Amino acid sequence: MQDFNYHRPADIAEATRILGEREDAKILAGGMTLIPTLKQRLAAPSDLIDLSRIPALTGMRRDGYELVIGAMTCHADVAASALVREMIPALASLAGQIGDPAVRHRGTIGGSVANSDPAADYPAGVLGLDATVETDRRRIAADDYFTGLFETALEPGEIITAIRFKVPAGAAYQKFRHPASGYAVVGVMVARFGKDVRVAITGAGPNAFRATAMEAALSVSFSPGALAGIALDPSELLTDMHASAEYRAHVASVLAGRAVASIA
Amino acid sequence: MQVTLTVNGQNISRDVEPRTLLADFLRDDLRLTGTHVGCDTTQCGCCIVHVDGKAMKSCTMFAVQADGASVITIEGLASPDGTLHPVQAAFREHHGLQCGFCTPGMVMMGADIVRRIPGADEATVRHELEGNICRCTGYQGIVEAIVDAASQAGRS
Repeated sequence: MQDFNYHRPADIAEATRILGEREDAKILAGGMTLIPTLKQRLAAPSDLIDLSRIPALTGMRRDGYELVIGAMTCHADVAASALVREMIPALASLAGQIGDPAVRHRGTIGGSVANSDPAADYPAGVLGLDATVETDRRRIAADDYFTGLFETALEPGEIITAIRFKVPAGAAYQKFRHPASGYAVVGVMVARFGKDVRVAITGAGPNAFRATAMEAALSVSFSPGALAGIALDPSELLTDMHASAEYRAHVASVLAGRAVASIA
Repeated sequence: MQVTLTVNGQNISRDVEPRTLLADFLRDDLRLTGTHVGCDTTQCGCCIVHVDGKAMKSCTMFAVQADGASVITIEGLASPDGTLHPVQAAFREHHGLQCGFCTPGMVMMGADIVRRIPGADEATVRHELEGNICRCTGYQGIVEAIVDAASQAGRS
């Protein structure tokens, strides 16, 4: 791997300043994707800015009716949090299904959301739970955030500070896990907010997206049967060595039905 | 760049390149070669050490990220008087190894599992070992050892 300058800012202002000064600086969160990427020389930044020592970015808190999770909070802490389990148990369950225990001790929610890996779990949670991505300069609705394969609405140098979740009446995350990598071949988050239902899919397309036809049917009748005959369009889904687009479309329908059954 | 940390209770300060992985720092700079590097891609778990009490894959973090931390490797898991950690003793009792390459990571992960989930049953232990690979497929003894150690921790 190419060498780089390493920075460990004590606050967000310092991180922003270094990002502005350096030509090709990258932010280092948990490093679970970035470090393997550097090893493969798929990226060779001049500088890495490690956010792990900025206290304001870590931890979980209740804010009125919402749950706010600091960007540098690791998956293991979210999975084990009594607060998250009480407010949004489906989110704690999702966090506990990422990677393996050692990965969950380092990987962070902000890193996952910033990276927008097509097979990552958190994007389905953020989109399905109608969350807001908070940055050092603005708030971005989940619906406006995921824009493409490893692409998001973040501007250069913009730092995610927290993810703000609404608390649903009920929610469930169902995942078909790749047995070797642990990534989602398909992952489905179903969340119910009053009459409104949100269904967000990860693993199947270039980025997390909402299954609007499923949402409409479930808004009329929240039951697994309401999903009969509704499937994703395979022409918009990924095919790779692990699964064809048609298979992913089928699995998404099955998982959505299971999620609904576990909530209803 | 200067990195200052404790490794197995000893204060250490060294000058390292920022790109030095913690696994390489432990093995090459400190000559603590009990920590193994199997896959170098965060999958096999041979490189697991404890950083501030939590199991982490040392091939996927930089030594500089451990600045100020307390790191325990397989060399520091037993008591200073040589008494084995309960997970180490259970691995010996249940023959939780074949070739031994994955063993340091398996033991460090096992100790982490026992810490977090005293009384963990077999299904839980197998699930928790998802990030540790034994190419000999010697999982039976490994799982038995960790279940035994977890059961001892659950009783105490």
